[in-house]
Amino acid sequence: MPFTKKQNLFLLLLLFSVVILFFVNISLGSVAIPLEQLTKGIFGQPLDKSSWEIILWNFRLPKAFTAIFVGIGLAISGLLMQTLFRNPLAGPYVLGLSSGASLGVAFVILGVAFLPQSVATLFLSPFGLVLASGLGSFLVLLAVLVVAKQLKDTMAILIVGLMFGSFTSAIVNVLSYFSTAEQLQKFTFWSLGSISNLSWKEVGILGSFVCIGVLLSVWVIKPLNALLLGEKYAQSIGINYKKTKIIIILVTSILAGSITAFAGPIAFIGLAVPHIAKLIFQTSNHAVLLLGTLLLGAAILLLCDCIAQLPGSDLTLPINAITSVIGAPIVIWLLVRKKRF
Amino acid sequence: MHKQNYILKTSNLSIGYASKKEKTVIASSINIQLEKGKLIALVGKNGIGKSTFLKTITQIIPPVEGTIFLDEKLLSQYDGKALAQKLSLVLTEQLPPSNLTIYEIVALGRQPYTNWLGTITEEDQKHIENAINLTGIETYQHKKHYEVSDGQLQKALIARALAQDTSIIILDEPTTHLDLVHKVTVLKLLQKLTHETGKTILYSTHDVDLAIQLCDEIIVFSENKVVQDQPCNLIADGTFANLFQNENIVFDATIGKFKIV
Repeated sequence: MPFTKKQNLFLLLLLFSVVILFFVNISLGSVAIPLEQLTKGIFGQPLDKSSWEIILWNFRLPKAFTAIFVGIGLAISGLLMQTLFRNPLAGPYVLGLSSGASLGVAFVILGVAFLPQSVATLFLSPFGLVLASGLGSFLVLLAVLVVAKQLKDTMAILIVGLMFGSFTSAIVNVLSYFSTAEQLQKFTFWSLGSISNLSWKEVGILGSFVCIGVLLSVWVIKPLNALLLGEKYAQSIGINYKKTKIIIILVTSILAGSITAFAGPIAFIGLAVPHIAKLIFQTSNHAVLLLGTLLLGAAILLLCDCIAQLPGSDLTLPINAITSVIGAPIVIWLLVRKKRF
Repeated sequence: MHKQNYILKTSNLSIGYASKKEKTVIASSINIQLEKGKLIALVGKNGIGKSTFLKTITQIIPPVEGTIFLDEKLLSQYDGKALAQKLSLVLTEQLPPSNLTIYEIVALGRQPYTNWLGTITEEDQKHIENAINLTGIETYQHKKHYEVSDGQLQKALIARALAQDTSIIILDEPTTHLDLVHKVTVLKLLQKLTHETGKTILYSTHDVDLAIQLCDEIIVFSENKVVQDQPCNLIADGTFANLFQNENIVFDATIGKFKIV
């Protein structure tokens, strides 16, 4: 199905707003840097003050890129899950994937005390964290899938996700009971969600995982569209359901896992963004929706981070607070409207 | 050897569910042949094995015993895509929530032929438009699927199966949830399609009297056997009289209808 003119226009507008928000995002912070200096800096030219250069290159740019990658990844994994589970309210946070990833990270951060020093350093490296949290979200997703198979009612899956969420947080609680104050502080900061303080190397790792996720989801656009008719119809038009399901699970685990490892559990982006995209584009065609959620996810996370900077003050709020404040009302509004998507 | 006129044929087929521990056979010795261009109904009381039979001949579950030939090739030799080009389905289950329009639903029927991105070519376009015209759903093709009535949606799903361009279309109880007018409209449409397109259509139903009036052949699932014949022959040999085996229901052969006593 070719894109309509209106859809193309919206996509262009979204791309434009991502660029604008990117610049707004890097211009905000406790130190004011003139816009023309920022533009210069991005193109590698020297700035008037060397401190500005350090702030731009070591803090603001990595953070802006993290915001973009996190937004893209969470939004896409939400879109895939909503189609796979035939449930408009599915998302990595609601289904407990983020909690699963938290559990993985908790085991690493809080559990290192029980490990020998050499193994501990290995696990505390960025790759170790990604591995642990990816594994955590993968296991939770598998568990949800197994239970979901027994359930006819797709809404019940949300409750299952909720249960897995509280189950994993209970284990995290037990773990934190036995950890030192220092470890606990580290884990608490992580669990508040933060997209700042990532090194370029970490941004690179996150970026490549998100790229893999996006490429794999482009590969399943056609089966995703077939799944809109339900599993049986999809199979009857020649879709290999098992293979598609495995790819979707893989993509969502990679995305939710790597993002949660670096940025902490970030709520509601995965649920709300695909919804807003469906409202804007008025279609179920995943070719359009994938591009739309991708751009919208980046834009919304950049926006949330701009708000988190509290322009005009020196304070910075945790990003998770902002996404929840914006996301939770959207979900309630969607439920009340009861529109069928 | 002359060219086979059958699109689907079963020989000595036993259907049921086989797990590692035990085999549950629901019906056995099923020998039926579905001829090209015929409208065929599948009747029988609840739980007799109609759905299991449909699942078996559509490769959703394997046969317990016996063989199924689809277009002179063993059904088990088809892979998903090849089967999708031979056999299409219309199911009873509700569509999941989505923004799909009627047109998009019909267009999804072209998936077995489109490239990896599902791009619709001019050829596909022709098939889609043809299916929409044949089923008479032009006027509401751009509506969302949740905005149309059950009868309209059923026609759209039939159009989707038509767009899939298969030699046989199998429908699972296509007339349930519909009132008499829409039942007749849908069945008349199926009859018209078999005549105009030469496709074979098999559908399961509980409306035996409508099937008697409209179908070329009927497959009857009863307690001990599965028979296939023209409706008039089935009436004559008393097959329908034994269909339900309930003292409250009798079959009146003169008008071809069931009566309550």
